[in-house]
Amino acid sequence: MSTLSRKRSLPGFGLTMGLTILWLSLMILIPLAGLFVKTAELSPSAFWATVTAPRTLHALQVSFGLAFAAACINLVAGLVIVWALVRYRFPGRRIFDAVVDIPFALPTAVAGIALTTLFAQKGWLGAPLAALGIKVAFTPLGIFIAMIFIGIPFVVRTVQPVLIDLDVELEEAAECLGASRWQTIRRVILPSLAPAVLTGFALAFARAVGEYGSVIFIAGNLPNVSEIAPLLIVIRLSEFRYADATAIAVVMLIFSFIIIFILNRLQHWAQTRSLAAA
Amino acid sequence: MTMVATTPLRRSGRDVAVPALDAGAGRRAAHTEPAWVRLVIIGFAIAFLTVFVGLPLILVFSEALSKGIAFYLSALADSEALAAIQLTLIAAGISVGLNLVFGVIAAWAIAKFDFPGKTLLITLIDLPFSVSPVISGLVFVLLFGAQGWFGPWLMAHGVQILFAVPAIVLATTFVTFPFVARELIPLMQEQGQQEEEAAISLGAGGWTTFWRVTLPNIKWGLLYGVLLCNARAMGEFGAVSVVSGHIRGETNTMPLLVEILYNEYQMVAAFAVASLLALLALVTLIAKTVLEGRIEQGLQHHDH
Repeated sequence: MSTLSRKRSLPGFGLTMGLTILWLSLMILIPLAGLFVKTAELSPSAFWATVTAPRTLHALQVSFGLAFAAACINLVAGLVIVWALVRYRFPGRRIFDAVVDIPFALPTAVAGIALTTLFAQKGWLGAPLAALGIKVAFTPLGIFIAMIFIGIPFVVRTVQPVLIDLDVELEEAAECLGASRWQTIRRVILPSLAPAVLTGFALAFARAVGEYGSVIFIAGNLPNVSEIAPLLIVIRLSEFRYADATAIAVVMLIFSFIIIFILNRLQHWAQTRSLAAA
Repeated sequence: MTMVATTPLRRSGRDVAVPALDAGAGRRAAHTEPAWVRLVIIGFAIAFLTVFVGLPLILVFSEALSKGIAFYLSALADSEALAAIQLTLIAAGISVGLNLVFGVIAAWAIAKFDFPGKTLLITLIDLPFSVSPVISGLVFVLLFGAQGWFGPWLMAHGVQILFAVPAIVLATTFVTFPFVARELIPLMQEQGQQEEEAAISLGAGGWTTFWRVTLPNIKWGLLYGVLLCNARAMGEFGAVSVVSGHIRGETNTMPLLVEILYNEYQMVAAFAVASLLALLALVTLIAKTVLEGRIEQGLQHHDH
């Protein structure tokens, strides 16, 4: 392979690479490193006391637990939506396809006040739900709804291109060999989609864990009930308890990175397994 | 992580031949689902997207106009609203500009050359996507706040960064950092470097090659990245909220003003400002769809 020498034939590698690393370091890496340095100022016992305080633990539990549950809903709902958009024709299909991107494009504060008004006691959906005795706004259920809203495009947009490119002949082959429709879906289609589905799940989860704008309006923000971890960071900052805020942020970052790493491994495993099966 | 990751990327413009809902007969029927299953799936998709995504968007405009168009316009003409719009435009303009230049530079280095650690570099550029917006703001408080690294020095020299426009620009640049680069990298990788090499071998300089060969090839992808970057920059809430200090008429961007008005129960005014941001989102989505077509065409043209 002469790619290396051939690719080096264009000018500007040193300059662009240098500028890229410089700007990346100044803008992203040094500020993020500052977070960890600041935490190091806390003694290990003080750090531990901060992150295991009941209010902190509860906020982390709310953020990670509800984000996981919402990502699970997004996984199932996203798959069904992708299937409908890719495999079927129905009136308004292109419009609904475009609608999927709205949570991604709509500023989070706008989504936040819209969802809150929608699900408030007198809201379009809140009123009928209240009649059934279900309270959504200002409860953990509201947080859950906002996280579902914010995560749905991630699953749909990662799975959609894979399903479009999926070879129909594979399905035909499975049917020729006598597989039922359900067997074909379970044994042929779903395994091919699995890596994309897991990626979408991980992205939706990661986004929901850190989500702030669309959640705080609908959450109610009661300490130990419906307080998310990012909000607790903001509260600690406003109290000038910088070290506490930083400790929570570091725990969130580490957890997010671990989860993304695990899901990456899972995805890699699913990919190699489906390749081996093919 | 692969390049598919982190944002809902451009969807493929292609469509496979799909069975029409009413086309029950023929070869296709063999590998599609029974009609009732199809109806349930389509019904679920429509209901889910309508309830969770469509209704909130419609509600923004309905609430904004609930007291009539005159009230709506007067809410937008309010001096605080105008100041917020101006600040949002300034902050987005600067951070999109910075990320545009960085994106092109980074994409040139990453897409046109081979070097060890390329995947790591791409992952690092993507990092801001996996950081909570609140944490993105927090890092700048730690750097420039009164208790921060540069805080005392800045205070001694009378330089205001935190709770002022510079911090808003920095936080916005941080959260929108990957948009342009991650759009350009796969596009430029797909296009390869033969055209640039041809230009160089014919005697063109590096700059000329970039302006005359590369830029025309990537212009739609570049615009696409700028579009998404701008939408996020104008709409960013969490990171900016942490660094802005919420000084009325001075450091409130549009999303921050939405929050303040909403918390003061000025619902119509809050939704009026929100409706502008929602319009921005809609325009972005429409422009995005148009650009996706252009990029697809460009790549196909490139293949032949």
